[in-house]
Formats: sequence, C-alpha cells, structure tokens
Amino acid sequence: MDAPTRALYVERALWPIGRGDLRFWLAIGLLSALVAFGIYAYVYQLQRGLWVTGLNQRVSWGFYIINCVFFIGISYGGAMTSAILRLTNARWRAPLTRLAEATAVAALLVGAVFPIIDLGRPDRFLNVLLYAQVGSPIVWDVVAISTYLVASLVFLYLPMIPDLAIARDALGARAKLLGKVYSALSLGWTGTPSQERALQRGIGIMAILIIPLAVSVHSVLAWLFAVTTRGPWHSTIFAPLFVLAAVLSGVAAVILVIAALRRVYGLQPFITARHFRYLSYLLVALGMAYLYFMISEYLTEGYVLEQSTAPVLESIFLGQYAPAFWTFAVGGLVLPLFLAGLPGRFPIARACMAAILVIAGMWLKRFLIVVPGMAGPIMPWEWGRYSPTWVEIAITVGAAAAIPLMLIVFFRFFPVMSVHEMDEVEGVHAAPPRMAPAFAGGD
Amino acid sequence: MADLPDRTGPSDPTRRRLLGLFATSSAGIALAGTGLAPIAFPEAAAAQGKQRQWVMVIDLRKCDGCGDCTTACQTEHELPKNFEWIKVFEVKDERGGSYFMPRPCFQCENAPCLRVCPVAATFRDDEGVVLVDQERCIGCRMCMAACPYGARYFNYVEPPAPKHPFHKPTPQFPVPQQQGTVGKCMFCVHRTDDGKLPACLEACGMEAIYIGDLVEDIATNGNETVRLSRFLKDNDAYRYKEDLGTGPRVYYIAGHGQHLDN
Repeated sequence: MDAPTRALYVERALWPIGRGDLRFWLAIGLLSALVAFGIYAYVYQLQRGLWVTGLNQRVSWGFYIINCVFFIGISYGGAMTSAILRLTNARWRAPLTRLAEATAVAALLVGAVFPIIDLGRPDRFLNVLLYAQVGSPIVWDVVAISTYLVASLVFLYLPMIPDLAIARDALGARAKLLGKVYSALSLGWTGTPSQERALQRGIGIMAILIIPLAVSVHSVLAWLFAVTTRGPWHSTIFAPLFVLAAVLSGVAAVILVIAALRRVYGLQPFITARHFRYLSYLLVALGMAYLYFMISEYLTEGYVLEQSTAPVLESIFLGQYAPAFWTFAVGGLVLPLFLAGLPGRFPIARACMAAILVIAGMWLKRFLIVVPGMAGPIMPWEWGRYSPTWVEIAITVGAAAAIPLMLIVFFRFFPVMSVHEMDEVEGVHAAPPRMAPAFAGGD
Repeated sequence: MADLPDRTGPSDPTRRRLLGLFATSSAGIALAGTGLAPIAFPEAAAAQGKQRQWVMVIDLRKCDGCGDCTTACQTEHELPKNFEWIKVFEVKDERGGSYFMPRPCFQCENAPCLRVCPVAATFRDDEGVVLVDQERCIGCRMCMAACPYGARYFNYVEPPAPKHPFHKPTPQFPVPQQQGTVGKCMFCVHRTDDGKLPACLEACGMEAIYIGDLVEDIATNGNETVRLSRFLKDNDAYRYKEDLGTGPRVYYIAGHGQHLDN
C-alpha cells in the first residue's frame, strides 16, 4: 500500500543476508563447537560400537530413539502451523511462514539422522532398501520420513521463489556468486499472472499434502512401539497421541524460534505480541487435547491394570519414574496451559516460558514412553536399568544445537520473511484468487 | 519380497538326523497305533512329510537352577557371560517358596520378532526354528522390542576371538557372533543336524530339558524317550504367555507348588 512500509519489510527480509557482526560469529562459533563435539562423540561410538552408550540387553532403545521422535515431532509443528495457517488463509501468518517452514526442515534433518545413529551396523543401512520387508514398522518409517523430507523441502522452496527473484534483483549486483544462485533458484520469476497462478496452485497442493504426510510419519513412529506386545506400548491411542505431541511441541518450537529471531533480525514491527497471543491459543488448544488423550490412555490402562502394564504404570505414577512424570505433567503440560492461556501482561514472555516448558516436557514424555516401556519387566521378575553415557548426551546436545545453527546459516543466504506473502497481505499488488477453501477467513 | 539366504542343511538330512538323534537316547518307544493325536501338529509339517518340527519341553520339577545349561550354551556358541541365550529365572511362588525357570528362545510359530525385521534377517527355517542372518542384520533392535520374552541379545561389544578361526559363521551356527547384530538361541540346529543333542540339554545333570519333534511325536532328555503328546498331556504342560498368540514351541511342566496358569 504505502511505499515506506514495503521498503521496510523488503529491507528487513533481506537484512540478514551476508550480514556477519560479532554476535553472529559468536553464535556460529558456539553452536558449531557443540555440533562438532556431538559429531566427535558419534565417531567415537562408530569406532567402538554401541557399548559406549548406556544401552544394554534389557533396555536396548534409549536417547537416540527418544530424540528421533522428539526432533521429528518438532518438525511437524513447523510444517503443520504453516500449512494450516495457509489453508485457513490466516492473514497474520505472513511474517511467520518462512521461519516455521525452515524450522520444520532443520528439525527434520536432525531427527531423521537418529535412527541411523541408533543402528548397530550403520554401514548396512542400505539393506533396508535392498531387502525391504514391507511388514516392518522400520521400513514404514524410512518410507514415510523420506517422503516427508522431500515434501517439506518443496514446501519451504515454493513460496520462496518470488522472494528469490527479489533477492536476485536487490543483491545480484553486490554478490556475484550468490546472485547466480538466486537467479537459478528463482526460475525466471517475474510475477506474471500465469506464474502467480501456477505458484499458488503449487503452494495450495503442498499445504494440503503436507498435513496427511506429517500425520502419517508420526503415526508410523508411534506404531514402532504400538505393534509390539509390550503392555505399556500396545495401545490403540498411540498414533493420535504421537501426532498431537508432535504438533504441540512443534508449535512451541515455532514460538521460541520467532521470539529469538525477531530480535536478532529486527522483525519486531512485523511479528508482534498479537502473533504470540494467537500461537499461545493454538498451544493451549493442543495442550488440552493432549492432556485429554493422555488421561484417556492412562485411565483405561490403569483401571484394568493388566499384569504386563501394572509395574510400569506404578513406576511412572509412584515409583522410580514418578519425579520425571510429575515434573512433566505439572510443569510441562498444566502450567504452560495457564501461562499461555490466561489473558494479561507480558504475552510474549509468557508464551516463551510456556514454550520452553512444553518442549522440555515433551522430551521427558518421550523418555517416559521409551525407557520404562523397555525397562519394565517382560519376564515379570526383572527390571532393566538405563542411564545414558556422555556419548549419548553429547550427541543429543549437538543435535539440539544443529537446529539453530542451520537456521542462522540458512537465513544468511535466504530471505527470512516471505516478502511475497507480505505483499499479498498488505495488498501491494493484486494477487489472483488463492486456491483456498471456501471457509477461509483472516483475522 | 526379499530372497532368503540358503538355510537348508545337507540334501536329505531327515532320515539320518532322525536316526542319529534318537539313537543317543535309550530304547525308542512304540509309536504306531496309539491313536493319540499330538497336541499341536502344524499343517506345514504334515504337507512336508517327514520333516522335523522341533519343540523343547522343560520339566520345572527337576530344574535345580544350577545354570549348567547357560554355561554350556555360552561355551558352545563362544558367548560372553552376560549372553544368556538360555537364562534361568528364579520365580517366587505364592507359598514363599521358589522354582527355577530356564528360558531359551521359544521359536514362536507366530514370531513377533520375525514380522518387525526391516531386512528379513530373521526367519523361520523349515523345521520351525527362528534363525538370524547376522550378515544381513542392521542392528536396529526392533526384534528385541518386539520379543515378549526377552530372548534376543544384541552384540554391543566385539565378540571374543573365535576358537575355530576357519569356520564361516552361518545362521545355523553363528559363531563368532558379529558385533552390532542380534543373536539368540536356535535350539542348536548345528548339533541336531549332526544327530547330536542341544548343548544345554546335554549339560543338564537333572535331565530337565527335552528336545522333541511334533511330527514323530517324540521327545528325549538324553536318557529317557517319551511320547511327546502323552507326556505333555499327562503332566499338564503349558506354554509361557501363550495368550499372546505367539505359539511358542517350548513347553513347561509346572514346578512344585506352581499355579498351572504359570
């Protein structure tokens, strides 16, 4: 509409590109060091074997499987947030979508590595393709995760095409090599009506596709546990429970990412308290749904108290895992609902607090699914034990650090905000009718 | 579907193994004309004629928990001490006493471990024994999560140097074990192929372990030979966690004071 506004968001979207002040290099240095130490720990494990972990004959899945579920879960939140906001044509999404989609890809890349880190013979990973036995949940995982990875890369790339053209025109002269990359990636975008139509159709299809894909991946991850005969895992609610957990932790991750990067990149004029309020509502809705699913799970299991489930439930509610469980249930689920849901001052700070608690809580919940389920007595007289070693902790910390590292590096080369979508929202140029559902409404 | 590795033994092993195996026991018993049907008679076995269908019977009344079976198994397969492919549990009963329960792999007819393997590295052979191809196993440990009996063991460490360095490990005799893969009890098929009894059975001083064949309806503990179906029926034999639908191929005869519903 008015030129100064557009100039501002074009400037801010491109601002991080090629920028490198002391803070930037400090962040890169610190995160890289953590990632490098994680890689060192993995090499250490590769050379010696899995005995360097705390895994053992009774508890043969641990941190790596927890992390796989956790990080891939975070990735869904990014993709689903962006897809749902697009499909419902929520206009406030414009400054967020790029950040959400990039977070989705970064978290997915990290999560997808963990099943391989967990393998006893990673050198034989290709056997999964060569000898694929389609009845195995591991094969379902490999198929679902790789499909979803491709889809989320496309979902990140498509809406970026017009922005790449803007970057090409604005920065091409300054950076020769980067200009060439933008040129190639923007596919000759000039914004003609036919290009607009094709792009909108592509984004529309991807936004619809990415939702069932995301649901399928986390369902399949849940079935990794639910198709076994172990009492605490053999549950019909596991797949929807996992999907909800994923979106819940993912929305929390989006809150944290935008809270951190809006300060770093000066996006405060665009990402405002209103965005945090809306995302908080989303977080509360998902958190309440998760609470309901979880009560349903524990109530049905706990009421009957089958022999195979009883000792594990007892350990979770009253025994050795009770501190972790109640920390999660109160601190990681109920408290965030109040923090994020109640009206009042400091919406951004409260949303961030809630998001941190939810993310930590969801990691704990995955721990409480994997480890007691494994350690619980299957021959009903012996409990297993598990405590992670420095190798597992180092790899976990390195993986967590890899996500912000990838984001910072990515936004050093690519626009941090979708200028094209901002244009659309601000009505800078008349966009053709979107391929959006009829019920689409803005705010 | 993946092609399975060659897992057949010698070309026509049936007759030779049959004779060899039961020659080690005392006089055979008359099998013909008793008219008693075996408790379980897999259709696959019937279709294949005289193929063996291995089972194990463990008489908990006799087991004194000495652990000689475990040690013999570890010696036979050159396993480290914490690899208890046959593991002896001490189970407390309700009267304050206790009994011992050796747990080999149950060679389930509907094996949960087998279905979940992403690379079909684990399979049932024609005689009902669940084997692992450690050349193919990727070490994901999904089978360990799936096994309701904890019968599978992952090789976290490099196994000790083999005593027979020129032996090429096979699914039937996976010695030495490969680091990063999963191993388990396989009823010593490398021994029964040669007409010998499983190592644990041979080591059991209490003669509590029987190896048997559903097709011939016969079982032996190395000393006495019994008619399998009648032995199981007369002694109220049960299978552990049978209600899971796994179809275990190991039968237990309850220990003293033990409830029959295990």
